[in-house]
Amino acid sequence: MLCNASAMARDDGLFDGEKLLLTNGVSTVEGSAGGGLSSWAVIPGMETDHGLGLSAFVTGVGFNDFNLETHGIAVGVHNRLAVSYARENFDTLSAGTALGLGHGYTFRQDIVTTRLRLAGDLVYGPAWLPQITVGADFKHNLNGAVVRLVGAKQSAGTDFTLSATKLLLGSSVLINTTFRLTDANQFGLLGFGGDRDAHRTGQFEGSLGYQLTRRLAVGAEVRTRPDNLGFARETETHDLFVAWAANRHATLTAAYVDLGPVATFRPQRGAYLSLQLAC
Amino acid sequence: MVRHALIAAACALATPAGAQQTPAATPPQDAAGGVDWYREFGVERPRPDPVTGEVPVKPYAMADANAGATPFGGSHMAQAFGGQPGIRRLADRLDALITTDPRIRGIFVATDNVRLRRMLYEQFCYILNAGCHYSGRDMREAHRQLGIMTRDMNALVEDLQRAMREDGIPFATQNRFLAKLAPMKHDVVTK
Repeated sequence: MLCNASAMARDDGLFDGEKLLLTNGVSTVEGSAGGGLSSWAVIPGMETDHGLGLSAFVTGVGFNDFNLETHGIAVGVHNRLAVSYARENFDTLSAGTALGLGHGYTFRQDIVTTRLRLAGDLVYGPAWLPQITVGADFKHNLNGAVVRLVGAKQSAGTDFTLSATKLLLGSSVLINTTFRLTDANQFGLLGFGGDRDAHRTGQFEGSLGYQLTRRLAVGAEVRTRPDNLGFARETETHDLFVAWAANRHATLTAAYVDLGPVATFRPQRGAYLSLQLAC
Repeated sequence: MVRHALIAAACALATPAGAQQTPAATPPQDAAGGVDWYREFGVERPRPDPVTGEVPVKPYAMADANAGATPFGGSHMAQAFGGQPGIRRLADRLDALITTDPRIRGIFVATDNVRLRRMLYEQFCYILNAGCHYSGRDMREAHRQLGIMTRDMNALVEDLQRAMREDGIPFATQNRFLAKLAPMKHDVVTK
């Protein structure tokens, strides 16, 4: 519906919908545009520098002992500014019983992300100048009492990001690096700050992608994270992904995700599936 | 509108196959037809060269550097694109796509299509190191008055990708060529 409306509005120049396929990225679990786990310096939506773009996504990840479901929407303005909203639902399934929270206890989090493109272009311009964005992720955990109980200092937190992303056409390779200042425990699902470290630390997100065809890309990502909570170790997370642009408006992403240990449970690995609609 | 469409259809039928008309050589007509805008505005009617079919242009300094990219080394890329015949086919196909693509065809209504085809061929052939010189203007000058936006350039890239795909050029090879063209955006996109 939305995309049809935008198609009609195209002549007015409101929604031009002319980004090259896949150059809007997909939606991270936190709602910002990127890979599945790491934020990229791309602006969501299919708009170019005179238009508006929209995207919506839903993602499910089935881990060994938990399920993560996340969905959200994003707006891109003139391929310059991005704002997204996402809701994360982290279902503890039977692990909830073992943790004393009850079967199927679900941690929920609201996330608003903002990005501003400072310089560069993902595709065009000199190869040495990547697209660069700065941003902030505002996260609000809805299970404040529980996350404080496990040692988190806050139930809300703000991450700051600096990202650089380039599609090196000569080799069909995409490189992304993101520097993130964050105090989030398990992305914020277990609150912010902890007994071991209460403050933000610098973390790294890296992605390496290879575009096989206009519609198909494969890649790998790594994302380091703080280890603030004494009761449960937290490590970096990895994924291997394949993204397929079915058409200008729909991108399907499948991935294998290794989240590392979560809340004293064994390392969590699982299958990630995500659908993004954009115009 | 209907009458205009009929005139267009009649013109298309009257044009021998393979001998595309040069838009600049046809008196532009308004929707009602019949208005000779060259006469109305008292400007000289473009006269295509009887041999080449190109409308003569004002002299300018020619140089291969005007192509806007350094050529590939070796003959690998030229071979991948089918040598000069393959590059000619690609340039002609790209010209046919961009001048009919509803997103960007408006940009080319006042363009001498015969010359555009030759310039695309020469530029591609020079960059792919297939043994040509580029005799056109530089990218900034060639696009100065076209008011091209990023979305127009993306549309052209998609048309070029389609033309290369139809010619069976592998995707990675397509991208190697596009990497030579991508830095030109700075000179091509003015809006």
